[in-house]
Amino acid sequence: MSTNSLTSTGRAGDSGDKIFSGATLAAGGLILAVLFSVAVFLLVQALPTFSADPAEITGGAGFGSYILPIVIGTVIAAAIALLIATPLGIGVALFISHYAPRRLAQIFGYVIDLLAAIPSVVYGAWGYAVLAPQLAIAYAWLAEYLGWIPIFEGPASQTGRTMLTAGIVLAVMVLPIITSLSREIFLQTPNLHEEAALAMGATRWEMIRMAVLPFARPGIISAAMLGLGRALGETMAVALVLSGGALQASLIQSGNQTIAAEIALNFPEAFGLRLSELIAAGLVLFVITLAVNIIARWIISRHKEFSGAN
Amino acid sequence: MSKRIDVKDLNVYYSKFLAVEDVNINIEARSVTAFIGPSGCGKSTFLRTLNRMHEVIPGARVEGEVLLDGDNLYDAAVDPVTVRSQIGMVFQRPNPFPTMSIRDNVLAGVKLNNRRISKSDADALVEKSLQGANLWNEVKDRLGRPGSGLSGGQQQRLCIARAIAVSPQVILMDEPCSALDPISTLAIEDLINELKNEYTVVIVTHNMQQAARVSDKTAFFNIAGTGKPGKLIEYGETAAIFSKPAEKATEDYVSGRFG
Amino acid sequence: MTSATLSRRKSQLTKGRLPRYAVWVVLAAAVVLAAAVSALVGFSIVTWAVFAAVFFVVGATLVTATVEGGRKATDSLATYLVYGCFLLALLPLLSVIWTVLERGLPGISYDFLFTSMNGVTGAVDNSAAENGTPVLGGAYHAVIGTLQITLWATLISVPVGLLAAIYLIEYGTGGPLTRAITFFVDVMTGIPSIVAGLFAAALFGLLFGPGTRTGFVAAVALSVLMIPVVVRSTEEMLKIVPNELREASYALGVRKWRTIMKVVIPTAISGIASGVTLAIARVIGETAPILVTAGFASAINWNVFSGWMSTLPTFIYYQILTPTSPTNIDASTQRAWAAALLLILMVMLLNLVARFVARMFAPKTSR
Repeated sequence: MSTNSLTSTGRAGDSGDKIFSGATLAAGGLILAVLFSVAVFLLVQALPTFSADPAEITGGAGFGSYILPIVIGTVIAAAIALLIATPLGIGVALFISHYAPRRLAQIFGYVIDLLAAIPSVVYGAWGYAVLAPQLAIAYAWLAEYLGWIPIFEGPASQTGRTMLTAGIVLAVMVLPIITSLSREIFLQTPNLHEEAALAMGATRWEMIRMAVLPFARPGIISAAMLGLGRALGETMAVALVLSGGALQASLIQSGNQTIAAEIALNFPEAFGLRLSELIAAGLVLFVITLAVNIIARWIISRHKEFSGAN
Repeated sequence: MSKRIDVKDLNVYYSKFLAVEDVNINIEARSVTAFIGPSGCGKSTFLRTLNRMHEVIPGARVEGEVLLDGDNLYDAAVDPVTVRSQIGMVFQRPNPFPTMSIRDNVLAGVKLNNRRISKSDADALVEKSLQGANLWNEVKDRLGRPGSGLSGGQQQRLCIARAIAVSPQVILMDEPCSALDPISTLAIEDLINELKNEYTVVIVTHNMQQAARVSDKTAFFNIAGTGKPGKLIEYGETAAIFSKPAEKATEDYVSGRFG
Repeated sequence: MTSATLSRRKSQLTKGRLPRYAVWVVLAAAVVLAAAVSALVGFSIVTWAVFAAVFFVVGATLVTATVEGGRKATDSLATYLVYGCFLLALLPLLSVIWTVLERGLPGISYDFLFTSMNGVTGAVDNSAAENGTPVLGGAYHAVIGTLQITLWATLISVPVGLLAAIYLIEYGTGGPLTRAITFFVDVMTGIPSIVAGLFAAALFGLLFGPGTRTGFVAAVALSVLMIPVVVRSTEEMLKIVPNELREASYALGVRKWRTIMKVVIPTAISGIASGVTLAIARVIGETAPILVTAGFASAINWNVFSGWMSTLPTFIYYQILTPTSPTNIDASTQRAWAAALLLILMVMLLNLVARFVARMFAPKTSR
């Protein structure tokens, strides 16, 4: 056996392989480490907040009553965004996948994707300078005629820089996410199902309701969840558009605040305990978005297994 | 150049699944050996164990010995890379590297391994290999063009040129003509006939006429049923396998009664 | 029945269907009616358009319902709504692009592109407004900051992202580690950008003392956002490299790492490069992480490792929210929109480059 001539070169060249595969493994591990350390570093830096005297926390009543209003504000802003963007996004996706002339569909897809290419600070500036003044007129009308509904209670903001405006700007920002994911799902609908429905004499809408939407439901849900994750964490649109303040029911008055905007607006001047507070707020935001994203991914992966079996 | 291969008691596994069972075969140097058999009988799997290409698939492993002129390929100290540089392989579908020119494709074995080679040596190697693959006259004016611009049959001969440029001892061919038209197939078969003057050639083929045309010896593989391991049923002179096989299964297969 | 009578008789297949022009008639009626109604409540283009849309959808659906029946009416209602969704989605896009062009173009000048805000104070803006002289000060420092920070983020993210993608596709065995990395890369794509900024701030705060703010901290924050995008797109590209090429290389006695470096990556390079470009386009417009990591500067700072830095997005943000001269905010507004135009042009350019790269360096296939 010692005369085996194939071993004469030895395995010296192997080291290149080992170094390279080690490097790739390290990079993969680094990603896990980063995500883990995001959680750890935020936690460590946030700790002073939890051990501090409640009276020293902003608001003077402890971290819980500091964070709760802005958590609710965050959820309200994201909910408005989602309520607007989900139906709209599904409509746009259907338009591109099933209604638009085939040759133009791809171009329309690019156009909608352009919405995603515009930086968030530009949306914020647009919401602040263009959208808010326009909406202020509508808010005055809402306050006058629908003021008895708590969310439209007057007096309406003169500048239009309110929660509803922020929510609408967020809706524009998450629209391309929901659209592109839904569009992909709609295009994956088995052609056979669609043709079967059409062959039975179904109208286009009946075909969509019978064959496309049931197939796409999990995909739409997860698209909406990913949009939600984005809306929850979006900072600039809210920081620029919303004239923030204490929590309140009316969406057309100034007031309310979101976690991300609270951090962006206050972090540059913060130090000491205030810094810890904001980092703790960031940790809360991180946990919320993490949960939303994990649920969305879970729905997607479950759906993948499902369609893979077919 | 050219070495013989002796396989002793070889079992091939994919994880726990036994794919090929208990193969013993002696392949002569400077000869063409054909592996025939129905789809899924393990002939391609077995071929890939001859240069340890099956290890590319996670979980694949073997028991037994494969001796190249007496040296065991599966000795713990043997580097699979050494094995593969001595035992080349040509695949079912032509697969020239799409990012490389014809010339670079031929030199791939040298260049990818970062071996230094002078320009004149490289030119000589390219010409020798392409001539060895009967392709030189067709491509000598366009060596700088992408390899993927050639016809399917030319691409396959380019792959053969690429394999012989690293001067292997053995060339394994896994259904090299199954994606080609009849004229290209003929060119490859002619080439195989020439290659056996210098190399040991092992070819897996679906096409029994092809086996009869090109090979000196033929091995017939078969499986008893789905999920059962493939086995070597019969191995002998090609003429004998096709005219008076010893086994009933071989006779059924070569006479076209199944498979 | 002769063919002559056949052609004169009305087709049975079009019986009970509205003629094509009916839709246009309803649309015209809706537009006129809407003009009248909106004149009653106080005319404006917006109310007119809203009323016209509502009247058209209701009217057309009712007409279809009476002539063609309920099922057809539902179908056409759905069609109008779907088209309406698309038009509605175009509105903000057009509005944003129009606004940025209209307000940004006047501010673009040589001075704006090649001077910083160093020494530009409220008094300067005030005197410019009073004397009608051109607005001074520009975004040069912010452009440099943007390029520097993005460059460093790219230098960190691309190797890590590429190698991790190679691990997942070429070395991953589908074991728990591979699955964990894939899952957490997905999760990482959803990290809010401000949280990425806080992470980098917290990390460097612990290592180098609280309040450490430099361009490099911002680059780390952007890397957290960029790495998952690079991993995802590279993975997709590596997946479509045919296995046959890897096998061909192995069969020549080439080691795995050389096969990856010299065969797999060159084959996929166009897709990888365009994915990286898109990832850069994504992070170049990020604002929130820069706010909490790089601080704000009005002068040029070439050094990412020390001192505060501005980028175009933070420049826009501060010019709008805290105008240089609180009494004459027009100067700041003009600078902000000019910077927004510049930023959008950069992002669009990167998107175009990505498309171009994907097409240009695609492996030559048989022609």
